[in-house]
Amino acid sequence: MKKYLGPLSKDNPILVQTLGVCSALAVTAQLKPAVVMALSVTVVCACSNFIISLMRNTIPPRIRIIVQLLVVSFFVILVDLLLQSYLYDVSKMLSVFVGLIITNCIIMGRLEAFALSHKPFPSFMDGVMNGLGYGLVLVVVAFFRELLGSGTLWNHQVVPDSWYAAGYLNNGLMILPPMALILIGVIIWAKGPRAV
Amino acid sequence: MRKFNALLDAMDTFLRTPATVTDGRCHVRDAVDMKRIMITVMIALCPALLFGWWNVGYQHFLAIGGETALWPCLWYGFLKWLPLVIVTYVSGLGVEVLFAQIRKEEVAEGFFVTGFLIPMIMPPDVPLWIVAVATIFAVIFGKEVFGGTGYNFLNPALLARAFVFFAYPSVISGDKVWISGADAVTGATPLALVMNGHPEAMPSTWELFFGTIPGCIGETCKIAILIGAAILIFTQVADWRIMLSVFVGGYATAVVCQLTGLCPVAAHDQLLMGGFMFGAVFMATDPVTAAHTRNGKYFYGLLIGILAILIRTLNKGYPEGMMLAILLMNIFAPLIDWCIVQNHIKRRRKTLDL
Repeated sequence: MKKYLGPLSKDNPILVQTLGVCSALAVTAQLKPAVVMALSVTVVCACSNFIISLMRNTIPPRIRIIVQLLVVSFFVILVDLLLQSYLYDVSKMLSVFVGLIITNCIIMGRLEAFALSHKPFPSFMDGVMNGLGYGLVLVVVAFFRELLGSGTLWNHQVVPDSWYAAGYLNNGLMILPPMALILIGVIIWAKGPRAV
Repeated sequence: MRKFNALLDAMDTFLRTPATVTDGRCHVRDAVDMKRIMITVMIALCPALLFGWWNVGYQHFLAIGGETALWPCLWYGFLKWLPLVIVTYVSGLGVEVLFAQIRKEEVAEGFFVTGFLIPMIMPPDVPLWIVAVATIFAVIFGKEVFGGTGYNFLNPALLARAFVFFAYPSVISGDKVWISGADAVTGATPLALVMNGHPEAMPSTWELFFGTIPGCIGETCKIAILIGAAILIFTQVADWRIMLSVFVGGYATAVVCQLTGLCPVAAHDQLLMGGFMFGAVFMATDPVTAAHTRNGKYFYGLLIGILAILIRTLNKGYPEGMMLAILLMNIFAPLIDWCIVQNHIKRRRKTLDL
């Protein structure tokens, strides 16, 4: 089990490999879309890792990228349709970023670096863990952005009205993507170079 | 006591002349050190500050319909300014001392001018906690994460203002916030009114020049800013090339905007409006964040002037043209320097026929 835990911290796709930063900036203004996005990426990453790993000995190396894209896009469309039918409001919020999971470097990176050379079950676990490592950062960033930017968590107001009456203001910069970049920088700073 | 070494050392060298001096031969032939430069800038800021105190009070008493005698106005403005400056210095120096302590370095003098500038570019009624948050943000992310004083590529004082502008727009935009203690006056800035077809909202050129208009504490009186500019240029603390090219770039763009009908404001009024002059004299010339090469300074200044007027006239959502233009060019200053140096190397190569 321990060998799969790397992506959560030591080998974190966002903090260490700096992949998938674009979507991390775009969907983290609120906690709910961030959690949904994290789960979507986890599902897509794990399933496509599994499928590609099953086919790893039959894919001709010269067209492997196209095959990978086909498999990833299949799962992305599946996730997109599921979100549209069961979580329509979140799907609206995430807009193009669900479709753009296909371009998420984490997924292609794991397919190339792991699934093509490992057995199906380890590949599946690797996909899950990388998705969760990505999701962990998303949730932390979204927590601070929603709390400080809107005064809410999961759409429930947590900053009491008495604070607003006393002159407290929501930080508008937190809603804007630049602050998400700074927050990710702060997390990398706080994490430091330690190899845990 | 060793734990508080950074703080003690800072107090020691600030309040007293240290006993440790270099003996024997040394290469420094100038009495100007960092503290001297900082003090010069602060002296140059004083005329604008004194006028700013008076103007804060003057605008306040004018808005509530009271008498506008000299001393009450000055005193009112001083009392508005004092908490701002105390909060700025406590929060900013707190962060500086903390970082110096962690890094086991001495506290650098860089914050003295930054802390002096921040209250001068804030609205008089801005909540104090916002000033503290903005100052801490600016010092940490504008300066300390890049290595402290001398390594910052953004002007920390302007960064603090930009932070307030984007994070808490309600306390720094519109017309109301620039007049202390007056809720009755609401509306857009003169520039926005003029752009929307109300030319009568424009103050006269003389008012703009003398500074009896609402605005930040430091920016309204152009005479005081010119006195400051003269001090800075005479003592060679700030470079006249940057100031000159900012004005040239700004004026040329303002003329073009006026002639093409983009902006009905006269070109010379554009230079007197808002923070243009204050930015040109005290912000763009910051020796750390400006371009360092001599020719680079002309480009740097020109682009600031052009961008400031362009942002003002073309983007109605951002009246803060000067602030954004200087911050943007701060980022490009190293690139300008690099191009100038490369060009120089290329020319020398050609002369040497290598």
